Amino acid sequence: MQFDLNETQLMLKKGAREFFAAECPMHDVRRIMATDTSFDDKLWKKIADQGWTGITFDEAYGGAGLGLVELAVLMEEMGRALVPGPYLSTVLLAGNAISLAGSEEQKQKYLTRICSGTARASLAVVEAEGVWSLASLKMKATPVEGGCKLKGAKLFVTDAGVADFFVVAAKAREGLVLAVVDARARGVKLAPMPALDQTRKYYEVSFNNVTGEVLATGEAARAALERTIDLATAALTAEMAGGMQRVLDITVQYAKTRKQFNTPIGQFQAVQHQCADMLVFTESSRSAAYYAAYAIEENTPDARLAVSAAKTYASEAYRETGNRGIQVHGGMGFTWENDLHLYYRRAKACETMFGDAAFHRDRIARELVAPVKTAAPVSAEPEAVHA
Amino acid sequence: MDLNYTPQELKFRDELRAWLETQLPGPEETRAASKSPDPWVRFNFYRDWQRRLHQGGWTGVHWPKEYGGRGATLMEQVIFIEEMARAQAPQVAGVLGLMLIGPTIVHHGTPEQKQRFLNRILSGEEIWCQGFSEPNAGSDLANLRTEAKDMGDHFLVNGHKVWNSYGWAADWCALVTRTDPEAPKHKGLSYLLVDMKSPGVEVRPLLQITGETEFCEIYFNNVQVPKQNVLGRINDGWNVAISTLMHERATLGADMRIVFARQLNRLVELTRKISRGGKPLYDDPLVRQKIGQAYTEIELLRLNQMRSVSRIAQTGAPGPEGSILKICWSELNQRFQQAAQEILGLYGQLEHGKHAIDDGAWSYGFLRARGNTIEAGTSEIQRNIIGHFVLGLPKSY
Repeated sequence: MQFDLNETQLMLKKGAREFFAAECPMHDVRRIMATDTSFDDKLWKKIADQGWTGITFDEAYGGAGLGLVELAVLMEEMGRALVPGPYLSTVLLAGNAISLAGSEEQKQKYLTRICSGTARASLAVVEAEGVWSLASLKMKATPVEGGCKLKGAKLFVTDAGVADFFVVAAKAREGLVLAVVDARARGVKLAPMPALDQTRKYYEVSFNNVTGEVLATGEAARAALERTIDLATAALTAEMAGGMQRVLDITVQYAKTRKQFNTPIGQFQAVQHQCADMLVFTESSRSAAYYAAYAIEENTPDARLAVSAAKTYASEAYRETGNRGIQVHGGMGFTWENDLHLYYRRAKACETMFGDAAFHRDRIARELVAPVKTAAPVSAEPEAVHA
Repeated sequence: MDLNYTPQELKFRDELRAWLETQLPGPEETRAASKSPDPWVRFNFYRDWQRRLHQGGWTGVHWPKEYGGRGATLMEQVIFIEEMARAQAPQVAGVLGLMLIGPTIVHHGTPEQKQRFLNRILSGEEIWCQGFSEPNAGSDLANLRTEAKDMGDHFLVNGHKVWNSYGWAADWCALVTRTDPEAPKHKGLSYLLVDMKSPGVEVRPLLQITGETEFCEIYFNNVQVPKQNVLGRINDGWNVAISTLMHERATLGADMRIVFARQLNRLVELTRKISRGGKPLYDDPLVRQKIGQAYTEIELLRLNQMRSVSRIAQTGAPGPEGSILKICWSELNQRFQQAAQEILGLYGQLEHGKHAIDDGAWSYGFLRARGNTIEAGTSEIQRNIIGHFVLGLPKSY
């Protein structure tokens, strides 16, 4: 058993760290997040040139065919650099939904453009209830010639401002429908939803009798959407761990240099113990994120539990790491000039995305109470986890 | 990343499982012995179990083969600890000798010391305790004052040690003493191997908040310790003792995780069985929140441990990251026990009697967890270690 990154994964990690340090330093993050859409065409093209917009997708569509642990490693580095823009929306959400639900023809049509970096996209699920839960869907899809007609509003759609198309989840007679809608189609209207995290912007997207191209319906659509969200959640927790690592690094550096009472403040236990807690939060989140990615990839029996455990923990850990980091910085931590608040804002967005800690704790508990299962792993090996 | 066991690891596990299949005492026998009010009944039961393990070649699995161990890898050692916990095997009597003191003797001992002590540790013939802490040397261990005066052919030991687990049953004590009072505090210590039957050794059991007497205090009054019983070099006792503490932290949580997982399974079962207001406890969203949180933390402990073991397997030595695990398991247990108390309500506090759930296991677990953040290095000391040795912050003390 080897719970650690292999050579290739370590190389990817190193490469990604150097790439983002060079191509997306903090002053660029600030510049890009100040634009209307937090999008930079040149950066996007460079990310695509690395093959990262197709990292996990099939080589038949121009993807790199790598695994979810590799994706997690890349997300960790993107989270560390606080890379702004539509990567999560395009690759993790829309890309996976098409990859899992689309026909061969649809994948050729849409996924190849995502892999090559020529299209951006997003996933429209959440509605007025403001929860990432399929049970809350109300938007209706009615069958029409060549697809389905959609009417209603979707909220909290990430990076809609630069999306070329949307994957929309709606309800039809046969259950769930996943459909692709051209962002420039008549009847599609965007309205920004200004929020704390300016690096990944939210929009309300309304659909007024817009025709969508059906990817999948019923059970197939439900399974594809659930897996898309689980997969994106696992990858998001890796992004969160990367962000925590950066907050920890900035804070430890500050605690070593900032002096009060003629002493580096990092020598005081009240400060040192805050930093120690931040390390525990960061390392634990990283363990959980890697395992969640592995579990989804390998379809282990506890895969959904692994995702929920990772999201439960990281949701609170990222926010708390931010709390401690700002506190250790004192007044400096409360200034716009200091980078910490940019991570703190991202932490809040990540915490609430795809279900917060309370949502996932409940999901875990409901999964455990299902009579055929036992509550917790009693052995290290995945196959015996629920023996 | 590959979380499957290697064929070698599977073979190790299956051999152990097959052995346990035929050799493990029945659950009733174990329960009766471990519930006995007479500590010697418990202790002798644990010693018998160690003898049986030894005959099967299952003591000191991580010790080198040449000293009677199995030469198990760290991963196999973790498998061993987990399988024992999974099978709900009894404790072994000589746990300190097997886990901490034996490996320290392997590392620092002379050929004569190895010959004299190691096999008897494995077989349970001799039981060891640790004489580290003192009334004025707890977290500040290097401040200890127990004096060992050089008398030519022997040391004359005077002092007072405390928190010595199994001191009342021990035949030998791994004793850290001050041999050079003039040297800086870390540099004047020596690690002595002391026969507990020596004249002048007095053991007093301490009654703990759980009502048990797991640990003791030990008084040394003009105790003579032969020179050949110094482990490592004279005045190098700090380094010898530290290597022991690192071993303690690297593997100490491995069985705790299994215990927590089993307790959580039981708690989930109880939330199905116990009703309030005509509904199973499980229907209460607050109960589900607590269950979900406990699962998350126990799972995180498992994952942190797997990552840590993988890292040690690559770098070769336990490092200060063990402090992360120590903080994780000790603090999660306190939160978990409190959550269990909240779920069980009034019943959680019962210790005995027909209304006590699981014969009082939950009230015991609640109290016992208090000790977790103190034993084997307090949470505060672990955070100091992380701050200084992992994060590189200036030493705070």
